[in-house]
Amino acid sequence: MTVKPVSSYLQVENVWKLFGTFAALKDVSFDVHIGEFVCLLGPSGCGKTTLLRIVMGLETQTRGRILREGGDISGLPPADRDFGIVFQSYALFPNLTVFDNVAYGLHSRKMHGAQIRDRVEELLTLIGMPDAGRKYPAQLSGGQQQRVALARALAPSPSLLLLDEPLSALDARLRVRLRHEVRSLQRRLRVTTILVTHDQEEALTMADHIVVMNQGVIEQIGTPMEIYRDPRTAFVADFVGEMNFLDGQLVAPGRVRVGGAELQCMLTDGLGDHATVRICFRPEDVDVRASGAGTVNAMPVEITAVDFLGSFYRATLRPTTADAAEVRADVPIHLQRELDIAPGRMITVSLPSDRIRVFARD
Amino acid sequence: MGIALAAAPAQRKLARDEWIARVAVVALALWLLVAVALPLWALLSKSFQNRDGVFVGLLNYATYFSSPALFSSFWNSIMVAVIATTITLPGAFVYAYALTRSSMKAKGLFTALAQIPILAPSLLPAIALIYLFGNQGLLRSFLFGQSIYGPLGIVIAEAFYTFPHALLILVTALNTSDARLYESAAALGAWPRRIFFTVTLPGARYGILSAALVVFTLVMTDFGAPKVIGGRFNVLATDVYKQVVGQQNFQIGAVVAMMLLFPAILSFAAERFVRRKQMAQLTAQAVPLVPKPNRQSDWFFFGVCTLIIIPIVGILLTAAWASFIRFWPYNLTMGLGNYNFSRFETAGWLPYWNSLRMAGWTALIGTALIFGGAYLLEKTKGLPFVRSIVQLFAMLPLAVPGLVLGISYIFFFNHPANPLVFLYGTLAILVINTIAHFYTVSHLTATTALKQLDNEFEAVSASLHAPFYRTFWKVTVPVCLPAILDIAVYMFVNAMTTVSAVIFLWVPSTRVASIAVVYMDDAGWQGAAAAMAMMIVYTSATLKLVHVLVARILDRRTQAWRRR
Repeated sequence: MTVKPVSSYLQVENVWKLFGTFAALKDVSFDVHIGEFVCLLGPSGCGKTTLLRIVMGLETQTRGRILREGGDISGLPPADRDFGIVFQSYALFPNLTVFDNVAYGLHSRKMHGAQIRDRVEELLTLIGMPDAGRKYPAQLSGGQQQRVALARALAPSPSLLLLDEPLSALDARLRVRLRHEVRSLQRRLRVTTILVTHDQEEALTMADHIVVMNQGVIEQIGTPMEIYRDPRTAFVADFVGEMNFLDGQLVAPGRVRVGGAELQCMLTDGLGDHATVRICFRPEDVDVRASGAGTVNAMPVEITAVDFLGSFYRATLRPTTADAAEVRADVPIHLQRELDIAPGRMITVSLPSDRIRVFARD
Repeated sequence: MGIALAAAPAQRKLARDEWIARVAVVALALWLLVAVALPLWALLSKSFQNRDGVFVGLLNYATYFSSPALFSSFWNSIMVAVIATTITLPGAFVYAYALTRSSMKAKGLFTALAQIPILAPSLLPAIALIYLFGNQGLLRSFLFGQSIYGPLGIVIAEAFYTFPHALLILVTALNTSDARLYESAAALGAWPRRIFFTVTLPGARYGILSAALVVFTLVMTDFGAPKVIGGRFNVLATDVYKQVVGQQNFQIGAVVAMMLLFPAILSFAAERFVRRKQMAQLTAQAVPLVPKPNRQSDWFFFGVCTLIIIPIVGILLTAAWASFIRFWPYNLTMGLGNYNFSRFETAGWLPYWNSLRMAGWTALIGTALIFGGAYLLEKTKGLPFVRSIVQLFAMLPLAVPGLVLGISYIFFFNHPANPLVFLYGTLAILVINTIAHFYTVSHLTATTALKQLDNEFEAVSASLHAPFYRTFWKVTVPVCLPAILDIAVYMFVNAMTTVSAVIFLWVPSTRVASIAVVYMDDAGWQGAAAAMAMMIVYTSATLKLVHVLVARILDRRTQAWRRR
C-alpha cells in the first residue's frame, strides 16, 4: 500500500476490529474508486456490516485507517464524514411525511425553503415517486419505502453512499427490480457506493467490484466475472454460485485423481506433489454432449435424478467407472429434450479442463 | 498481533452532540446518586450508629430483635401481607381470566371500575371501612363481635388497594398466551378443564407469582391503611413512623426501615427473575387468543366479576357518601360542610393546592427527566460504566418502600453538613422524593416505548448531519407521545395519592392532601378526612378521563402515520 492510485476515493487500510477477544475484522484492506459500485459480500457474521459501520463512523476500528482521497478520516464523527447511509430497516421517520423525511438532512445544510422544496422534488422525481411527498412511510409499500430511504440519503449529495442490505427485506421479484433501479440511479448520479449484502446474486448483478469476506478476512476482491469464473479460494467457489466439489489427489502437475478416474486440470501451481486436493466445477460447465473417446475428461455416468428448475434442468449424475461422489450438471431445456436426459439413463459427460479449479485440502 | 494491536488503537473525535449526550448521562447519574443512592446509604449507615453518630456495629439491630414489642410487628406485617395476598390473588385471577378469556358483556366497564383503587390513597378504603364496620358502623353486626380495627380492617383495605395492581399483571400474563397452544390442545381432544390445568395455568404461572410478590410487597410496605384502621395492631410501617416522628428515635427507626427494606428487596429480586421468565415465554410468532362466546360461562363470569367489583365500588361510594354526611352518626343529612376544611384545621384548602402543585411539578419534571434519561440510556453511546450505574439506580427505587425512601431523605437532606440542606422543608424535596419513588415503573414504560423505535434513527440522523437532540424532538418525542402521557398521568396520580413517601418530609407550609387526611382522621374529623380523600379521587379521576380523551384525539390525529 505504498503507491496510492489517484482515482482511489476511499481506502480501507489494515483495519482490525476486536470485540473483547473476538476479532470481527482481521487486517482488512481495499480501495473504492470514484463513481464505483463496490459490494461487500459474505455470510452473516463475516464482519461486513461491522466494516460498513466503521466506514460510516458508527463504530471505531481497533486498528487501521480509513482514508478519503488520501486523508485519514478515522477520527471524524459520522456527521463530518459526508456519507449517506441506507439501512435494511429503512429507518424512515414514521411521523414525518415523505417530503420531510427527504428534507431532513437538508435543514442541517442551511438550505432555505424554496431550495429544499426544489431538491426534494428533484429527488422524488428521480426515484419515480413525484407525488408521494405528502404521504407517510406507513402508507407506502416496502419497495417505495426503500426508495424514499435512498432519496433521503442522497438528498444532501453525499460523496459516498453506504447501503446496508437495503433490499433484503423485500420479496424476491421486487428485489430484482430494485437492483436495477438502484444500479441505474447510481450510474446516473455517479455516486461512489458501497453495498453490503449476503446475496451473491445481488452482488454479481450490481457491483463493479466485489469484496468477498468470510470470518473477518477478505477472501477475494474482483469483478463479478472474476469472482464467478475464477474463485481464488474454496470458500469463494462455494459461496458464489452453484459448485460441484470432489476430493482427489494430485498425481502430476495438471493431473488429479478423483475416485478411479484421472482428470486433466489447469492451474495446479503452488500445490505440492501428490497433495490432497479438492477440485470444483460449476454444474453449467459439465458438458453432457461428450461423445467419442477422444474427449478430454470424459466420464460415463448414470443419471440418478433430474430436477426441473424452470429455465433448465439440474441432473444428478453418478460416475459409473470412477468411485467418485455424485455431481450435478445443468442442462438447457432443448438439450434435455434432444438427449433425453432422464433418470436411469447412462450417458458420457466431460469436464472441460479449463473450467476445473483445484484447491489444496487440509 | 496482540503487540501490534496494542501499539495504536484508533480513536475517534466526538461530535458536539456526542459530548452533550455524555454530559447529560453524567448529570443523570449524579441526580440518581443524590435522589436515590446517597439517601439510602445515609439510612444504612444510620442503622449502625448511636445517637451521637458513632459506629456501633449491630447494636441497634440487637436492641430491635431483643425487644418483643418491636419485633412482633415484623411478624404482624408478614402475616397481614400473606393473608391479603391470598385473598386478593384468586379474585384478581378470576377477574383477569374473565376479562381476557371470556366474551362476557361490559368488559370495558369492568376494566374501568377495577382501576378505581389506583385513584385513591390507601387511607380511603380504611376510612370507608370504619364508616361501615367501625364502632358506630352501619354493618357492624356483620362482624359478629370482631373488631375492624386491627388485622381484619388492614387486610380488607389492602385487598381493595392492591386489587388493580394484581389485576394488571395477571391480565398481561393471560394476554401473552399463544392461541396455537389452545388449538393444539383442543385438537388433541382435551376438555376445557384439562386445557385450563395443562395450558392456561402453567402459561400464567409466572404472572401469578409475580402478582403475588407485588401484592405482598405493597401490603408489607403500606402505611396509609394500618395508620387509619390498624388500631393497636403494630406493623413495620407504623413502627417506623412512631419511632421517628413519635419518639425521635432515629436509630431504631433506621433499623425498622431496614427491616422493611429487606423483604421488599428480596421480593423485588424474585419478581424481576420471575418476570423475565414470563417474557421469555412469548415468541414473536405467537398468535393472540380470541375468546369464543359461550352463553353459560360468559354469564357465570359476568356474575363473579359483579360480585368482586361490588365491594370495590361500594367502598368508594361509602367514602363519597361519608364525605357528604353532616355529622356521623347523629345527623345523616347531606351537605358540603366536610369540604369546608378550614373548619377543621387552620390550613384549610392549602394542602389540596399543595398536592396539585406537587403533583403537577412531579409530572412535569419527572416525565421530562425519566423519558429523557431512558432515551439517553437506550439510544446514545459512550461511558459504559456510568451507564451501568444509571441503569442500576433507575431500577433500585422499585425495591424501596416509600417510607424507607422518606426516612432516608430525612437522614440525608437534613444532615447539617449537606450543602443541599436548604431543600429541607420545601415543596421541592417532596417533588424530588416522589419522582425518585416512582422512577422505575416510568423508566420501564419509557424504555419499552423507546425499544419499539428503529435503532438506526440516531445513526441516520448523524449521517444527515442532524444532532441527536433534533431527532429526539422531531421524531422520538412525537412517536412516543402516548407513552409520555402515560408516564405523566402515572406520576401525577401517584403524587396525589402517596402518603408514605411524603409523611416524613412535609412541614406545615408544604402539607399535602394525603397528609391532611391522616391528620384530620387522627383528630377525629373523619368526615373531613373522607372529603379530602375524595378530593384526591376526584382530581385523579378527572385527570384519567382527560388522559383517555387526549389519547383518543392523539390517536385520531396520528392515524395517518401509525396505520400499518
